[in-house]
Amino acid sequence: MELYEHTIHTLHQQLKLRQVSSVELTKALLARIAATDPSVNAFITVTSEQALADAAAADARIARGDCAPLTGIPVALKDIFLTEGIRTTCASRMLENFIAPYDATAWARLKAQGAVLLGKLNQDEFAMGSSNENSAFGPVHNPWNRDHIPGGSSGGSAAAIAAQQAIATLGTDTGGSIRQPASHCGCVGLKPTYGRVSRYGVIAYASSLDQVGPLTRDVTDAALLLGAIAGHDPKDSTSVNCPVPDYTAALTLDLKGRTIGLPKEYFIEGLDPEVQQAMQQAIETYRRLGAEFVEVSLPHTSYAVATYYLIATAEASSNLARYEGVRFGHRAKDTAGLIDLMMRSRSEGFGAEVKRRIMLGTYALSSGYYDAYYLKAQKVRTLIQQDFTNAFEKVDLLLTPVAPTPAFRIGEKTADPLQMYLSDIFTIPVNLAGICGISVPAGISDAGLPIGLQLLGRPFGEETILQAAYSFEQATDWHTKKAAL
Amino acid sequence: MRYQPVIGLEVHVQLKTDSKIFCGCSTRFGAEPNLNTCPVCLGLPGALPVLNRQVVEFAIMAGLATNCSITPTNIFARKNYFYPDLPKGYQISQFDLPICLAGHLDIAVGEQTKRIGITRIHMEEDAGKLVHGQGGGSGVDLNRAGTPLLEVVSEPDMRTADEAVAYLKKLYQIVTYLGICDGNMEEGSFRCDANVSVMPMGSDKFGTRAEIKNVNSFKFVKAAIEYEISRQIELIEDGGTVVQETRLFDPAKGITRSMRGKEEAHDYRYFPDPDLVPVVISDEWVDRVKNGLPELPETKYQRFLSQYGLPEYDAEVVTASRTLADYFEQCAQACGNAKSAANWVMGELTRSLNDNSVTIENSPVSPAQLAGLIGLIDKGTISGTIAKKVFEELWKNGGDAATIVEQQGLAQVSDSGAIEAAIDQIMAANMGQVEEYRGGKEKVFGFFVGQVMKAMKGKANPAVVNDLLKQKLAG
Repeated sequence: MELYEHTIHTLHQQLKLRQVSSVELTKALLARIAATDPSVNAFITVTSEQALADAAAADARIARGDCAPLTGIPVALKDIFLTEGIRTTCASRMLENFIAPYDATAWARLKAQGAVLLGKLNQDEFAMGSSNENSAFGPVHNPWNRDHIPGGSSGGSAAAIAAQQAIATLGTDTGGSIRQPASHCGCVGLKPTYGRVSRYGVIAYASSLDQVGPLTRDVTDAALLLGAIAGHDPKDSTSVNCPVPDYTAALTLDLKGRTIGLPKEYFIEGLDPEVQQAMQQAIETYRRLGAEFVEVSLPHTSYAVATYYLIATAEASSNLARYEGVRFGHRAKDTAGLIDLMMRSRSEGFGAEVKRRIMLGTYALSSGYYDAYYLKAQKVRTLIQQDFTNAFEKVDLLLTPVAPTPAFRIGEKTADPLQMYLSDIFTIPVNLAGICGISVPAGISDAGLPIGLQLLGRPFGEETILQAAYSFEQATDWHTKKAAL
Repeated sequence: MRYQPVIGLEVHVQLKTDSKIFCGCSTRFGAEPNLNTCPVCLGLPGALPVLNRQVVEFAIMAGLATNCSITPTNIFARKNYFYPDLPKGYQISQFDLPICLAGHLDIAVGEQTKRIGITRIHMEEDAGKLVHGQGGGSGVDLNRAGTPLLEVVSEPDMRTADEAVAYLKKLYQIVTYLGICDGNMEEGSFRCDANVSVMPMGSDKFGTRAEIKNVNSFKFVKAAIEYEISRQIELIEDGGTVVQETRLFDPAKGITRSMRGKEEAHDYRYFPDPDLVPVVISDEWVDRVKNGLPELPETKYQRFLSQYGLPEYDAEVVTASRTLADYFEQCAQACGNAKSAANWVMGELTRSLNDNSVTIENSPVSPAQLAGLIGLIDKGTISGTIAKKVFEELWKNGGDAATIVEQQGLAQVSDSGAIEAAIDQIMAANMGQVEEYRGGKEKVFGFFVGQVMKAMKGKANPAVVNDLLKQKLAG
């Protein structure tokens, strides 16, 4: 087994016992990136020199007998996280040359443990997209089949795991942007409860929906990484001040007495038969493990996509106003006055999907439309939250598909944004409700593309879904399958 | 036709917090451009606001002092517009749920009291400022971006420029008394937008209003409103119509001018800021603030009347500002003679402060020093005339009055022997005037007093001089 194929928890043991050095490990991953990334395009920036220096520092730290769970572990970050002194583009021409002046809290916490940063990962521009085709730095190719998309918006974060270019990565999830690419790339992706992880230093797309989370090879790594980044941050008013449990301690195999809900609105006609089959097999597996299933209803599910595209775009239209070429980012040349400078800088700096969403959101907030769109959407959002609250009165967690189909082909849906938006139908309600969800590998299609299973839990119920995911993982071998690159 | 002006004011009160409203940067005025900034107030990608609790506390104080109700659940909203001094492309403000609602202030209009309604007070962040003409372009200074402001919106209850100024002064007095605003109008800590319209006398339908932006002195507010009223009346008389617009006051010319180009109807697309959580203000919190409120001008005025027996005029003057009132009260308590303390504070002290452009906080003569001086007068150690000299000495060189009087030998002479000797000498040298006096010309008495005081270098006790002179001149 190559060094780059390992998990955080196995490498931690080896690093601690000094069977392997962080420098060796980092070199192995940098070599793997150099070998594979020309065909995957998961990285926007590779920080080789800094990574090796940090790895050497981590080795010195380990030599002093100080080895935290992430000390010396090479990781990579979606290019939406600010990293001090390192270019942070958000996959946009707008920020093509933006050097971040400070660290995002989530990254700062990993850095404090001595994690090694390999580089910054490709994504949809400003996290807007489901296929990673909306990147100013070109699309990411799914390592399982390079004609297919890796999912989005954290496409690079998932593809880097599948291509074994990083031990673990961080992504962000606003409407499925961690879970859907994790599902399409055969890795574990966790979207924590809104408020569980600080958003400080994460470039905002839709502030009330954005949440940071890990993408990893297995559930144990997801639990470890979540534990490292979670917790109250005084710099983020929406981060919640409640204790962070030891998530790895929750990883037991006992599922007896657990009740899992199957939302009937998620098992609909038109669901890809192979996805349907993977869900059936997963249900059988859970039954064998002692769980009980009941059907539940989330009656407002069909409104979720429309609600999301009003709220997310409204917030985005405001969040992206700061990119106007005055203080940082792309500035148009030879402009005639202030208005021209702002308009042309934005016209040139933003890609088509970003412009589309800014326009949608601006419209939704405009005087005369606010009540009909934004305010109505907020009311529906409350109903969707209520759906989940009601369901969790009957069940401990929910089991659903992550996406209606395995990864589609690059270019297949770019002409029809609505079709693209509908591919997030099973992940979007989770963000609107603010609850937690995890995607775990649960099958491979005949075409050789991974299929993920989604488990949803109550707010701050990460332990419950991690435990259920872990039990499933231990009972199956999907997480051991690897993309042939 | 005669016209009735209608005036409403929106006042921006800069709060005297150490740090900005949503980050830890200093609010200090006059630093090098962009020195007091951080990722949050620069509006950098990924930065998030965290509310300064002190701002909420100050807003509650302002609301209680202006008879407002305090909103239990406060939401911050984003006001979206593009301008280079607005780093995020939106201003964090409050929209439909401001912290204070439906208050009022009473102002004096002639002999009457008039109640001016306060519609709302809300919390918001200030923008930065543009610096033009340096290096051929324009610069953006974001030191002020994120400075906490209260916007106090009045009802259109004022009818004259004088009423507007009276309301403004009252509000100014309150926020400076509360200690929530430094009151520095030149630096923009207290600035005002005036909404002015006119309607035919007797009408109840307001005319179209013009908004005069950012006027930052009481004098200018009066001039701007008066100009604007006459401009609108002339316009209507000439057959024109007033357009709703924003205007700027030009203090040099004393006129208001249309701010062309900023007139398109703005759609600010307000919506609740998802980066901030609702601020819940409990009754306990409000009560705690209420119990900690300093004494307000009106209460202090009443107390000075009853506790110190000051005349109404004196009480009003010494309560004009909290620092002046505090000075007076410390002095009055130390010397035990309130009327005299008020006289000195209103007279010599205020004159010296004004002549030297010194604020009362920086007065070189402390309340205790002034009290010491007043004590010497009351004990008869020095006369009022000498006291003024001692005050000058205190102002210039410090020290305490008693020591100065002793060292410079300024103590009043009440010893009748020394005074009698001087009187005898002067009478002997001025027999002609003695005769005149004795012949019934009593006016000459003043001449003798002056001569004696001069001979005694001003230190003779005037009462003793009077008594002895009368005796001696009577023969």
